[in-house]
Amino acid sequence: MTRALSLCVLLMLVGAPWALACDSDLDRIMSALAQRKHGHVTFVEKKFIAMLDRPVESSGELLYDAPDRLEKKTLKPRSESLVIESGVISAQRGRRHYVLDVKQYPQVMPFIESIRATLAGDRAALERVFKVELAGNFDEWTLVLRPLDSKLARTVKEIHIEGETDLIHLVEIREADGDRSLLTIGADVPQ
Amino acid sequence: MTRAGVMATVVWGALVLIALIIVIFARYTTDLSAFLPRSPTATQRLLVDQLREGIASRLILIGIEGADPAERARISSSMGKRLRSDAQFVSVNNGEPVGLDRDRELLFNHRYLLSEAVNPAHFTATGLRESIQETLDLLASPASMLVKTLLPRDPTGQMLQIIDQLGNERQPPTVDGAWTSRDGKRALMVVQTRAAGSDTDGQERAIGAVRRAFVAAVAEVAGAGAAAGTGGTAGAGTRTVGLPPASLELSGPGVFSVAARATIKQQVTRLSIVSTALICLLLLWVYRSFRALVLGLIPVASGALAGIAAVALGFGAVHGITLGFGVTLIGESVDYSIYLFIQSQQRTSTLWPTIRLGVLTSIVGFASLLPSAFPGLAQLGLFSISGLVAAALVTRYVLPNLLPPKLHIRDLTPVGVGLAAALQRMKTPRALLVAIAILAAIALYTHRGPVWNPELSALSPVSKADQALDAMLRSDIGAPDVSYLVVISGPNQESVLRAAEALAHTLDDLVDKGVIAGFESPARYLPSKAAQRARQESLPVAADLRGNLGKALDGLPIRLERLEPFLHDVEAARNQPLLTRNELEGTSLATGVDALLLNDGARSSALLPLRAPTTVAIDVGRVHSAISKVALGEAVEAVVLDVKGEVDRLYSSYLSEVVRLSLAGFAGIVLLLLIFLRSPLRVLRVVAPLVLAVLSVAACLVLMGRQLTLLHLIGMLLIVAVGSNYALFFDRRSQAGSVPLTLASLGLANAATVLGFGVLGFSSVPILAALGSTVAPGAFLALLFSALLTNDFRARPGCAAGPAAA
Repeated sequence: MTRALSLCVLLMLVGAPWALACDSDLDRIMSALAQRKHGHVTFVEKKFIAMLDRPVESSGELLYDAPDRLEKKTLKPRSESLVIESGVISAQRGRRHYVLDVKQYPQVMPFIESIRATLAGDRAALERVFKVELAGNFDEWTLVLRPLDSKLARTVKEIHIEGETDLIHLVEIREADGDRSLLTIGADVPQ
Repeated sequence: MTRAGVMATVVWGALVLIALIIVIFARYTTDLSAFLPRSPTATQRLLVDQLREGIASRLILIGIEGADPAERARISSSMGKRLRSDAQFVSVNNGEPVGLDRDRELLFNHRYLLSEAVNPAHFTATGLRESIQETLDLLASPASMLVKTLLPRDPTGQMLQIIDQLGNERQPPTVDGAWTSRDGKRALMVVQTRAAGSDTDGQERAIGAVRRAFVAAVAEVAGAGAAAGTGGTAGAGTRTVGLPPASLELSGPGVFSVAARATIKQQVTRLSIVSTALICLLLLWVYRSFRALVLGLIPVASGALAGIAAVALGFGAVHGITLGFGVTLIGESVDYSIYLFIQSQQRTSTLWPTIRLGVLTSIVGFASLLPSAFPGLAQLGLFSISGLVAAALVTRYVLPNLLPPKLHIRDLTPVGVGLAAALQRMKTPRALLVAIAILAAIALYTHRGPVWNPELSALSPVSKADQALDAMLRSDIGAPDVSYLVVISGPNQESVLRAAEALAHTLDDLVDKGVIAGFESPARYLPSKAAQRARQESLPVAADLRGNLGKALDGLPIRLERLEPFLHDVEAARNQPLLTRNELEGTSLATGVDALLLNDGARSSALLPLRAPTTVAIDVGRVHSAISKVALGEAVEAVVLDVKGEVDRLYSSYLSEVVRLSLAGFAGIVLLLLIFLRSPLRVLRVVAPLVLAVLSVAACLVLMGRQLTLLHLIGMLLIVAVGSNYALFFDRRSQAGSVPLTLASLGLANAATVLGFGVLGFSSVPILAALGSTVAPGAFLALLFSALLTNDFRARPGCAAGPAAA
């Protein structure tokens, strides 16, 4: 603990004034998140798009199974489902079914990896794609993710993930063109 | 030499020269043509076109095995780059998104001509509102990233509509950017050659280019790895020690025909050399005279020349397989000179009538193949008839002139005596032969179900292992198995495209009902002019569109000003020239159109490949009845083609045809014998051992678990045709002079025949192997049974029994 503390101090001294939270807090949050192997919650998502006079809103349920299966079941405005599993996205919209390989659509990757790696508590994976900063503390935290890849940074400016201990409350994606989306996570869906 | 003899020799020399010239300038093929019908029906013509030149025939499936996934992906990518710059290939697919940008641009710029959703209703206030609302919903969905940028120019979602129209192909999964098999063990690529599948030379060049690209790619990837290694990073070092090096696997119709050609060439060469050598050795051993050997081969060579020349003249091209059959001729035509040399020491007057009748029965047998619709068989028939006739004539009229006054060959009387004694010893009760016949018949009867192999692939020179590899790569790659097609033909391209559009609704219905899983259509890439014009005419003038759009946007969260680019694009599309094949050049859409739209001057065809549902085969009847209800326009027709089914039907029609022809040939032989022998009893005595031999061979093959193909059937016909020679000699033995000498010459002739066909039996070309493994044992049994059924050899005790005791 002392060593971790001194590392913190050292980091602050060498000029990381943004590093408000201690590095070990990030590890603690990550390992707490990693403990959760399964999640099933509701969500409301608002997208603020410059072209539109008001945000478009959708809602539905999110399902997560560690380490890499994520399902977004949108119920409104129309039902559709998006399953991300082992790097493959399959989407069902109306009668149509799409399957995409994430690697073929690098612009989609940060959206998925930010949420997936956070849910999995996979710090290494997060840091492969983003510069990760932590604000707040274990009880109430905000992760700020910025794409390392400059090409990705041209579409996604930053992603804010807010939560407390091992729960995520909000995911905000800010795109480079000023559009943003706000995903608010609601109550657990009773099994 | 007599005057007539000189004449005969001169005529022979001239004919040999002419034949030689024909043979040298003849065209030789090894492609599928031997298996395809000579005078096809309309459906068969389509089938033949597809097999020879269709898309499926131009595909090369490539698997890269060994190494690790990342290295395979790098090799695949490097090969892709090389092959894409090679004009021999129309398309190269390995999962890399190459050329997608150009495709997208073309689609986007022509979206109002291409989209099936464009119609007048689409641009009314209600229609616009509905489609814009849908796009907004999509913005709320995870797909928003893809939609957002398109919104100002394409708020009604036509681009997505087009992508939906086109993008229904099943693609293999991608690992590290390269298509990969489901088990993850090989990287996959599909290339389409410019050369047709029937252009074996073109295919061979393309395959060579693929192999070179692979070698270069492996070197490049290894070089890059080594460079990274010396650079101090772990690059090359990460490769697990002990991993096998990358290897290349190729499959596809072109690959098969190239391999088949190589096999046939190699086999025909080797088989002829081996059987010629064996027969020469045999003759040399028997004659103990080099001179006699050379003289004995003269009829054989003349016969082979005559046979090839006749086929070249009769068919325009000689198939490699026919040359393979030619090996059999060596075995049979050498018999004549054997009879001549050995028996000429006696009274020849009785020799020739017997040989003549033997040649005639062979001719009748082979002649029954001539009318076959299976070109391979017809060629075999013509080849054998002309070869045998030539060999017999040369033996009869030319060879005696060339014989030296006293030809010294070993006296074979002791051999004949030995043979007679051996036969005498194994003299079995006829009951045993009857028992063999009954047993054989029972074996055949109990196995009658699976006796015949119903698939053409049984004749294919492609090995089982290669066929399995092909099936595996095909299922991994998923897409291009063009087994079911709707083929539309009409007077011109526009008419077939229109018909394809008319059929699309019906086929969509069938998709909904689960009869088919999907279909492709050239009209998706290149709609008919009529459809394009109709779409263009449904685009409203600028003022109307603006008005409608204003009404449509009422209450929606998007303002008209934002959609100015849309108004501009629609106006531009109203005056846009219609899309033609030329505009598609350089995109993957061109590949699609060229593969599915064929023009042969007088007529055009559109191909609509159908995808079968995963669990069941396509019910061709249902598809057919559904499409037959659609009005397609003047002089346009559509048929459903079940390629594999059609091929197998073709084959089973060959099979039943060959059954008929063989029976006719057999009947012909019996009739011929009746005419010449004038005694049903003698005919029976000649025919019985032959039938017995055929039955025994067939039973043995079936009991060994072989499925019989039509080549086995042909083999049985040959047993009768060849075996009749022996039976006839036995029948005439009473007038044939020395029994031991007759026996010796028959034994030698038989040994030569068995050698010739026996060598064929070891061929890896199924057609040749089937023929060889049937005729070789059959010919031997025919002689044996003929001998055993002959009353006894004591007809001339002085000759046979006397020396045997010594």
